[in-house]
Amino acid sequence: FERRHVTVFSGAMLSFSIIFNVLYLKISDYATNSVIYLCCSSLLFPGLIQREGGSMEQEMGELRRYRTQSISRGEFALSDSFYFYRKGLESIVDDQVTQRFSSEELVSWNLLTRTNHNFHYISLRLTVIWGLGVIIRYCVLFPLRITLAIIGISWLVIGTTLVGFLPNRRVKNWLSELVHLMCYRICARGLSATIQYHNKNNKPQKGGICVANHTSPIDIVILANDGCYAMVGQSHSGLMGVIQRSMVRSCPHVWFERSEMRDRHAVTSRLRAHVAAKRNLPILIFPEGTCINNTSVMMFKKGSFEIGGTIYPVAIKYDPRFGDAFWNSAKYNMVSYLLRMMTSWAIVVNVWYLPPMTRQEGEDATKFANRVKSAIAHQGGLLDMAWDGSLKRDKVKEEFKEHQQKMYSSMVVGKKARNSQEPHTESSKS
Amino acid sequence: MGSTNSTLSKIPNVEELMQETGFTPAHIVRLYDRFEALDKEKTGHLRPQDFGAINRLAMNPIGDRIIGAFFSPGQETVDFHSFVRILAHFRPADKKRPKDPSMPEPVNSRTSKLKFAFQLYDQDKDGKISRAELLQVLRSMLEMQVTEEQLESIADRTIQEADLDKDDAISFEEFRKSLEKVNIDHKMSIRFLR
Repeated sequence: FERRHVTVFSGAMLSFSIIFNVLYLKISDYATNSVIYLCCSSLLFPGLIQREGGSMEQEMGELRRYRTQSISRGEFALSDSFYFYRKGLESIVDDQVTQRFSSEELVSWNLLTRTNHNFHYISLRLTVIWGLGVIIRYCVLFPLRITLAIIGISWLVIGTTLVGFLPNRRVKNWLSELVHLMCYRICARGLSATIQYHNKNNKPQKGGICVANHTSPIDIVILANDGCYAMVGQSHSGLMGVIQRSMVRSCPHVWFERSEMRDRHAVTSRLRAHVAAKRNLPILIFPEGTCINNTSVMMFKKGSFEIGGTIYPVAIKYDPRFGDAFWNSAKYNMVSYLLRMMTSWAIVVNVWYLPPMTRQEGEDATKFANRVKSAIAHQGGLLDMAWDGSLKRDKVKEEFKEHQQKMYSSMVVGKKARNSQEPHTESSKS
Repeated sequence: MGSTNSTLSKIPNVEELMQETGFTPAHIVRLYDRFEALDKEKTGHLRPQDFGAINRLAMNPIGDRIIGAFFSPGQETVDFHSFVRILAHFRPADKKRPKDPSMPEPVNSRTSKLKFAFQLYDQDKDGKISRAELLQVLRSMLEMQVTEEQLESIADRTIQEADLDKDDAISFEEFRKSLEKVNIDHKMSIRFLR
């Protein structure tokens, strides 16, 4: 390749993408907005039973209203068991509880049969509308999106490789950021993602560590639309490997070999070295370690918090009305997951940048991790779960049962310290 | 995506079931789907383990008792009819139904609901809630949170209050009397939508 050819080629690619950006993306933006408008008038499809939204205390108070003693005096009433009895039977009839590892079921149906498991034939009109939705999604939106995705990824590979040839430090960094941003934006359009960033003043800085809650592989695209991060992960083979290797050419990312991943110290020291070089891009880490269904935040693995440096927490919340972004890796592989994403209506995301946090004196990594986790959960309106994503379900049930017993005992034996909160909240779906 | 009718035809004696329990065809269909969803191995019957798989139920302090209510003594499985019959207890009372003394008591009347709740306490089905049985329920609901003495004193107090004939046990009539002011229909009902 002569230098001349390279310049001409990259110039052509650049101008092509700019034209492409302007035209095609404007059209897809318009399409997304009209789709969102359509969805807002979606029909209601309620759950099976109507649930009382009250807390245990409220309901017990109501049950015991006929008694003369007040609930704070603490007494047992034969009617107390009715509360538990009814709750138990409700769960037998309709387990609308969000199980953390399966998708959130929506009360109002967004015309995607995949999000409503109780779908039944209801009326001809609804089926026709659903059918229309299918045609639009698969025949109009999907080809548009997949074209964008292909262009985005190929430009990423080509662009970063080209930038890698440049020797100069500052221009190289600037160009690499430009290429990365552009490609991720194209990819985001390829998923019809509408992203709203909040508190941009808290955006992660160079030399810091960005931690976020994890719902799907798309999280990376979502975050990288607004800034450049150094990715951390396992080096893959195949297409992913090609992408990874070319990305590394333009700016440093941290890719580990599979063997290295097992050695925690090696991982931590490499990350530490990356963070120490203050001019490196902020590292992006998902401390939950696995994809969660975006209704709660699981325990953060403390490894990320032992590296040191400033932590920039980020909360990502997907709007479930437009499409379920959760990747159930047991059910779907990556390709079918991406296809599902591309045939949804849209992906609407809210990203909150939280103020930076550092480990305080005398605070160990676990406590620090929990502190960050609470902040993220609180901001994103997610439930702060105390358990590990990989924990066995039995242990979880025992904890929950104990919690219920604790709450009830405070009503029977008298008001104890009111420091316990219900770990689950009945959402106002019904 | 089956229609209501095709699902109904799969269930034997469905007319009788609807008559007995008062569920509408739509409700029966939804319950049938739920039954099938719980019956993971597609045997047509539910076993205690199938109930145990429901997370929310396993977290319920008296979850085991509730599961036990579905299984008659000696029975190890529950078929769809029994499943629906038990759930029918929790249907809201039909306000419009005229009181017909010749007809058997509807399964979701106030008395039936109370009887059902009574059986939760009275595990040996001798018609009385003994002190030991009451202690057992208290223990399930409170477990590690209170001491044994506290449990016993609560049980004593409860029996004292409700026991009118002073036989140190609560009969069904005493149970009913002590709860006469509770809105049973509201608290022991599950409202089915649609």
